[in-house]
Amino acid sequence: MALRDTHVTMAHGGGGRAMRDLIDEVFTSVFQPPGSEDQARLTGTALQEPGARLAFTTDSFVVTPLEFPGGDIGKLAVCGTVNDLAVGGARPLWLSAAFIIEEGCEIALLRRIVATMAAEADKAGVRIVTGDTKVVERGKADGVFITTAGVGVIPPGRDIGAARIRPGDVVIVNGVLGDHGAAILAARGDLALSTDLASDCAGLGHLMQAALAAAPGISAARDCTRGGLASALNEMAAEAGLAVEIQETALPLRPEVVGVCEILGLDPLYLANEGRLVLFCPEAEATAALAALRSLPEGRDSTVIGRASQGQAGRVTLRTAFGGARIVDMLVGEQLPRIC
Amino acid sequence: MKFASEFRDPVAARALLSAIARMADRIGASRDRPVHIMEICGGHTHSIFRYGLDKLIHDGIEFIHGPGCPVCVLPMARVDECVEIAERPGVIFTTFGDAMRVPGHRKSLMQAKSAGADIRMVYSPLDALELARRNPGREVVFFGLGFETTTPSTALSIQQAAREGLTNFSVFCNHITVPEPIRALLDDADMTLDGFIGPGHVSMVIGVHPYDFIARDYGKPLVVAGFEPTDLLQSVLMVLTQIAEGRAAIENQYARVVPEHGNPVSLAAIADVYERRPSFEWRGLGEIDASGLRIRAKYAAFDAEEKFGIGYAASSRNVPEIEGCCCGAVMTGKMKPPQCPQFGTGCSPEMPLGALMVSSEGACAAYWQYSGIRAAE
Amino acid sequence: MCLGIPGRIVAITHADRLMAMAEVSGVRREVNVAPVAGNDLEALVGQWALIHVGFAMALIDEEEAAKTLQALQDLGEAQETLEQMASSAEALA
Repeated sequence: MALRDTHVTMAHGGGGRAMRDLIDEVFTSVFQPPGSEDQARLTGTALQEPGARLAFTTDSFVVTPLEFPGGDIGKLAVCGTVNDLAVGGARPLWLSAAFIIEEGCEIALLRRIVATMAAEADKAGVRIVTGDTKVVERGKADGVFITTAGVGVIPPGRDIGAARIRPGDVVIVNGVLGDHGAAILAARGDLALSTDLASDCAGLGHLMQAALAAAPGISAARDCTRGGLASALNEMAAEAGLAVEIQETALPLRPEVVGVCEILGLDPLYLANEGRLVLFCPEAEATAALAALRSLPEGRDSTVIGRASQGQAGRVTLRTAFGGARIVDMLVGEQLPRIC
Repeated sequence: MKFASEFRDPVAARALLSAIARMADRIGASRDRPVHIMEICGGHTHSIFRYGLDKLIHDGIEFIHGPGCPVCVLPMARVDECVEIAERPGVIFTTFGDAMRVPGHRKSLMQAKSAGADIRMVYSPLDALELARRNPGREVVFFGLGFETTTPSTALSIQQAAREGLTNFSVFCNHITVPEPIRALLDDADMTLDGFIGPGHVSMVIGVHPYDFIARDYGKPLVVAGFEPTDLLQSVLMVLTQIAEGRAAIENQYARVVPEHGNPVSLAAIADVYERRPSFEWRGLGEIDASGLRIRAKYAAFDAEEKFGIGYAASSRNVPEIEGCCCGAVMTGKMKPPQCPQFGTGCSPEMPLGALMVSSEGACAAYWQYSGIRAAE
Repeated sequence: MCLGIPGRIVAITHADRLMAMAEVSGVRREVNVAPVAGNDLEALVGQWALIHVGFAMALIDEEEAAKTLQALQDLGEAQETLEQMASSAEALA
């Protein structure tokens, strides 16, 4: 073991031996990228099928705290990009991972983050094939920032997207909403709330493949990350040029998430999720889609929450428990805790 | 959730809506000749829209959204003063999240934070107190904001700081009271209100009697109400029943939380720590006599106005509010939010002109968010 | 300014500072119980209080809550009777 330091110093970003040691021991020994060039050279039979399309996406990840109940920033970075590929109908295959590390970051923490990434990639059936590290002075970053990019393959004939949503399509979510957002709020500690909540962070590649196999008519799917279910539905409704109505009584919410929201005056529809997707599918295939989703752990609590219809394009409405209705709009700025 | 979900029961809500409809018909209320009921508290406004009660209720009932949103009535000059304090070196400025986006003349607290001021959102003044304990070298200022519901919490925090001998904790006091602006509204010759829904959590502290003058002197009914949908509907029914029976009384729908005489510990803490200002400015409503509180001289060490030489002088009050903003007319029930010429054009949640568009409790933001109305009517 | 929610006092944490742990729907937060503290702090444990900005502002009167709910139920039943009367009147007409 050449790496003796316990914390990252500017030397680990200097291009010399220290940097080489950090990269070798902490990153490449775990990710084992193919080859030693600065680029990954990829081959796959999936690519060669006539009509297959490449899907390519990227996302950056920042979170405080870096480790939280149910995951860490590494898990977010792998699952987030896997999910961006998956909800577009692609089978996720390869990821890149770039790290911006703050001087003083604990190397043991980096090792834990990298181990989570490797484990999640393995679970999702993707390989982390290339990467990069940079070190910045203390105060110029918050521990570590990670950017991942992902490549996947969309099989021939598959074409899902919000524009394909049709009136009458049902809206399905794959589980309880808002766990991630509420768990992070509590984990930050500055609001002094304690809960047993854990982030819902999970890779949804297999789940999406299972759903598409059982219900090929699925028209569109999105992961409900920042801005929550409300933002995902608003974007989709706008692109589809349709109205969407969801039922308050059908929304799956854990009591603790409701508790956090009641205390801080937040709306769970806008809380972030990291392992939740919303999909639209023709009613005739809803039963098959639900059965397939529920057969996997990350979709066990899948349920129908609403329906698309003709009506004002882009309008998302929540039908309340006793028949009232309210508009579920896009969020303006971030959702702040309030007391009034 | 116990004591909450039972009061969201759809079956009970439907029964209440039918009973309200019968009572409204009985007193001849209609879309053209509606009964005007003001829900004073912004929390009630929020519940009305959140549960869609405005659309479910009989056509003859019109809710007028009152001035009970402390963020909405906060004068711009006070926001400017917050920013001024927050930008001083060594200060940690703490605030409830509600106040972050309220525009001042120069900037909001959110903008001041991004420009480098150390501004932190807290859930409780206790959290500000804890920050002061942990940062003895910094001055921790808490933005004391709100009606009687919130006033005791800052009073108790100041008493605690005094007991601990903390020297780096102070409160920028902007606490205001509910009965005085209601009197001002009732004195307005153009007033067309038929009854009031009273803020339940204010009465949890002050009891029901501070409102006696409303029934006694002005002949209007007021029902102190809880915040769940059936609480609100039941309170509307109680107001209508009084109107139908030709009575005007102060009634308490929220007896599970509101004691007739309020909370003695909280009232004592308020009396110990605060005294009334001769008058205080309400955004959109102007100066209202005896409607604001300031920290008593014996707690001057915890008074940010004293510590930072800010004060509350009439001379600094001459900062004009934004031209064309009709928040005052909306808050007094003379105008519905979409009737304001700025609504949706000069004023939206992205670029709020008036405070009623800033706070999610504000009537304009509620119309925007929950009713989907996007432009002036 | 009125966001207040019912929570149950589950433990006294710092008797000298009148602090207790309250639980709202599985979420715990330390609150100050000064407004509701009688002579016996321990007697608060198990009681429901209205929580606002980290303070237990009022104890919830379970009897009054039950009365309000009973009134709602009575109204519901009366409503049902009215509807039955209306529908039988229609049937007879």
